[in-house]
Amino acid sequence: MDKAGIVYKTVSEIRGPLLVVEGVRGAKYNELVEVRLPDGREMIGSVLDTHEDKAIVQVFGRTEGLELNASVRLTGEVVKIPLSNDLIGRVFSGSFEPLDNLPPPVGDEEREVFFSVINPAAREPPSEFIQTGISVIDGMNSLVRGQKLPFFSEAGLPHNVIAAQVARQATIPGKEEDFAIVFVAMGIKHEEFAYFRKEFEETGALNRAVMILNLAEDPVIERIIAPRIGLTIAEYLAFEHDMHILVILTDMTNYAEALRSISVAREEVPARKGYPGYLYTDLATIYERAGKVKGKKGSVTLMPILTMPGGDMTHPVPDLTGYITEGQLILDRELNARGIYPPINPLPSLSRLMKDGIGVEKVGDEIIVKTREDHPDVANQLYMAYAEGVKARGLARIIGEIGLSERERLYLKFADKFERKFINQGVYENRSIEQTLEIAWELLAELPEEDLIRIKESNIRKYHPKYRSKQSLS
Amino acid sequence: MQEAGRIIRVNGPLILARNVPRARIGDVVHLGNEKLIGEIVRIKEDIVAIQCYEDTSGLKPREPVINTNEPLVAELGPGLLGQIFDGLEFSEIKLHEVYGPFIKRGVKIEKLDRKKKWEFVPKVKVGDEVTSGDVLGIVQETPLIEHRILVPIPLETYKPIEGKIKEIYEGKFNITETIAVIETKEGKTLNISMLQKWPVRIPRPYKARLKLEEPLITGQRVIDTFFPIAKGGTAAIPGGFGTGKTVTLQQLAKWSDADIIIYIGCGERGNEMADVIDKFPKLRDPRTGRLLIERSVFIANVSNLPVYARESSIYLGVTIGEYFRDQGYSVAIMADSTSRWAEALRDISGRLEEIPAERGFPAYLAERIAEFYERAGRVVTYGKDNRVGSLTIMGAVSPPGGDFSEPVTSITLRFVETLWALDKELAFKRHFPAIDWLMSLSKYHAALRKYWERIDPDFAALREKAISLLEEASKIEQIARIVGEKSLPEDQRLVLLASEIIREGFLVQNAFHPVDTFCPPEKQARMLRAIMEFYNLTYPLVEKGVPVEMIRGLKVSFTVPGRESEEELSLIMLLERMKEWSDVGKIDELRVKMKEAIRKLAEEYGL
Repeated sequence: MDKAGIVYKTVSEIRGPLLVVEGVRGAKYNELVEVRLPDGREMIGSVLDTHEDKAIVQVFGRTEGLELNASVRLTGEVVKIPLSNDLIGRVFSGSFEPLDNLPPPVGDEEREVFFSVINPAAREPPSEFIQTGISVIDGMNSLVRGQKLPFFSEAGLPHNVIAAQVARQATIPGKEEDFAIVFVAMGIKHEEFAYFRKEFEETGALNRAVMILNLAEDPVIERIIAPRIGLTIAEYLAFEHDMHILVILTDMTNYAEALRSISVAREEVPARKGYPGYLYTDLATIYERAGKVKGKKGSVTLMPILTMPGGDMTHPVPDLTGYITEGQLILDRELNARGIYPPINPLPSLSRLMKDGIGVEKVGDEIIVKTREDHPDVANQLYMAYAEGVKARGLARIIGEIGLSERERLYLKFADKFERKFINQGVYENRSIEQTLEIAWELLAELPEEDLIRIKESNIRKYHPKYRSKQSLS
Repeated sequence: MQEAGRIIRVNGPLILARNVPRARIGDVVHLGNEKLIGEIVRIKEDIVAIQCYEDTSGLKPREPVINTNEPLVAELGPGLLGQIFDGLEFSEIKLHEVYGPFIKRGVKIEKLDRKKKWEFVPKVKVGDEVTSGDVLGIVQETPLIEHRILVPIPLETYKPIEGKIKEIYEGKFNITETIAVIETKEGKTLNISMLQKWPVRIPRPYKARLKLEEPLITGQRVIDTFFPIAKGGTAAIPGGFGTGKTVTLQQLAKWSDADIIIYIGCGERGNEMADVIDKFPKLRDPRTGRLLIERSVFIANVSNLPVYARESSIYLGVTIGEYFRDQGYSVAIMADSTSRWAEALRDISGRLEEIPAERGFPAYLAERIAEFYERAGRVVTYGKDNRVGSLTIMGAVSPPGGDFSEPVTSITLRFVETLWALDKELAFKRHFPAIDWLMSLSKYHAALRKYWERIDPDFAALREKAISLLEEASKIEQIARIVGEKSLPEDQRLVLLASEIIREGFLVQNAFHPVDTFCPPEKQARMLRAIMEFYNLTYPLVEKGVPVEMIRGLKVSFTVPGRESEEELSLIMLLERMKEWSDVGKIDELRVKMKEAIRKLAEEYGL
């Protein structure tokens, strides 16, 4: 079949994933390019830098076997994909080739993959609590619709198990709504993907999911485009078909490494650890696509997973991610070693949008119940008490438990119980927010009442087990 | 056909073009068939480098470049307040109405609304002698703010003019209609409309700079009491992610007692910006009772918008700030975050292949940051009535990895007078605002002394004592971490107890608590006094052998606001909770009960 556009056979240089194409008259920036090798292999690419007479193209394919004799066709279009709700249930490669033996999708419309920005004035601030059934998330780092909340993990920790549990259990209490999952794998192992696939299959989520797969053995540069394809689909389903989309991106560290390899091939001045200075901006163009839009029902909620090289939170990828996302859930090696699941350490974890999604809110005379009125206070108090307990544990390591004061010992006990009863739960245990808060109160009731200074008096009177048993007696 | 240059290279947001007519640094150009907006940043022979303020996807070599021969200007006039602008001053509210929820490239709308009519009330008569800066008349733009229309400084010369009013009108006009005609001394006739323009990169001139002497009251105790900022001053707020920079800046935007607030979201989160935009229209100023939106301007240039627009958003915000300052208002600017702007500078410098200084940042980074903060100040404006206006700048800094030695943080600290250093450890404990009292500083204490003395003559002494207690406590804590609190001498344990009360009862402030979110200066002084009295009264007891545990266990019978009757309650708990009481009189009542309880304890020990 003949395709439109001009074909060039003038590749003069191959540098990693970059092709320098000479004699090109006016390639567009970000233009979609098709590359055909003499052996018949085809791949796509996009224009990264365009001069009067040459263009630099990044190819989203395997770089082995690239040769100067390749034909490069400029399509005249920026990179777009066809969209329709038939995409749900399908599986694609990182460059949008079908992997499920079905024909390539036909769309109701086409959208650009690279540039999509929600007007800040059009954004609806996220405020709907999503119950994940996981106490340490719901109780202390609540997720809300339209939020972007990443997992910061390390190799060997169960981030995939937790992500799958969230995907399985996430509901809005008391609501049945149209939802779907967009799953984007970037450089993850077969085994990890098999786990997600099994989980999704068993719960029936698979036919509510769109999968974009770039596994560890797949071309590295595809990772640049894979998350953007996933997010373009998510935006379309959310804002054209009123669906609630949970997007799982794993693993963002692999994405950033792909970006770095292009930057290195272009000989750019690096900022930190070889990563380009625009890493922040580039990550923002991915993460910021989460959100809600005024006047539209749907939402895009984003759960990126990244592994911190060497567990270092100041590494550029987790660091810059943390500056963009609305909080982070941090997996902790120590908790994991103690057999606590999920090993999410609440102290360095944070959900910035939590305050808008929990408790009750008064708007004029109307009272909007989101979770329960004591939820914000209880969360704050748990933080404070657990921090005290962790401090006491550190101290006990130096001077022994015997050297601790009465108060310190009390908090140490609290921290142990808190980890075993509140954080720890089963992989298939789905706790309601009420159950989560009940467990919290049971633990807090063991502290002196005057220590509960982060909780409003009225809430103590209403929810503290001590007063509740009195009330029920009288 | 219009004379045009040609694009020769598109490298992301950086464009190279040849033969752009009459190219000058800073000229705004229109790029390509979509007329994307860019600014000339370098010139070498017949080639110019242009930074483009929009997404350049689809742009290609050989497309035309048209020079507007104008610098990047801010449009100034009625219609600014309550608006949400992008970095180029296009209204995002309007863009949403016209083009839907996603940003499109190449779309053009008017910056300020040309259609809306404003009621113009003249303040001069025909024949009056006027100079630049004189008030020609006023427009009540919002119930809170009277927008003063000034005799402009012409852009051709940047020099003030003198002249005589030839015509002056009264009634409803849009911003482009003539409201006055001035005949200058040189005999030129100038038609004046309410719409005025000013190049964003050039500071607006004033008659003289003044000493700073009035605090910017923010209602945030750790700031007002310990690390205050003066009206016209500068402050930086650096902190790693999750330390609460944005919430702190939003608190300042909500509660600062400036007349005008300009909030610049520069390269930050869209959802948080949406939250600000959503909340402000509902919030009321505790002093005037009016809606905060009536005095606010927002610039929302979020992180996934084109990088270079971060630079224009910073300059745009400052220019709008100076414009209101020149009307005689106190203006406060919050910029979140200046690091993102610095990254935009690094990006362009890298693409231009300039030799980088530290961590890839250009060598001129320090100059740019200094210029920005230098636009703050308290001034006598142009105009015969010698109005006084001020511009306060507060900038967030986002150090990578929370490392304060990185270039943007370390440079910023050289040019600001107040530092609010945010600490991760405090944030982990949910101690907010997570302002670290050991690292933070303010150079305005002396200048603001008089103000606080009027509220409490001992204020400075109490504050200094409190800070020294906190410092001592942190040293003792280091020892306690090794030997355990139990093994400490009693007087040191009292210091720890007092510092705990200062931290929990004074420094921690809940932004989401209806009363605690804003703490008036009088209440701050009263609370500080109560806490320091506690320490001063108990210290002699401990010295004479009363155990700290007895002091920790002190009870007073007290009626907590909101309850009907007196109860036996822990004194420590009440001291830590008084911040939640709106009735300041209750604090004094507690002080009386506290003295009583401590006296009784002393008696029990025969003292």
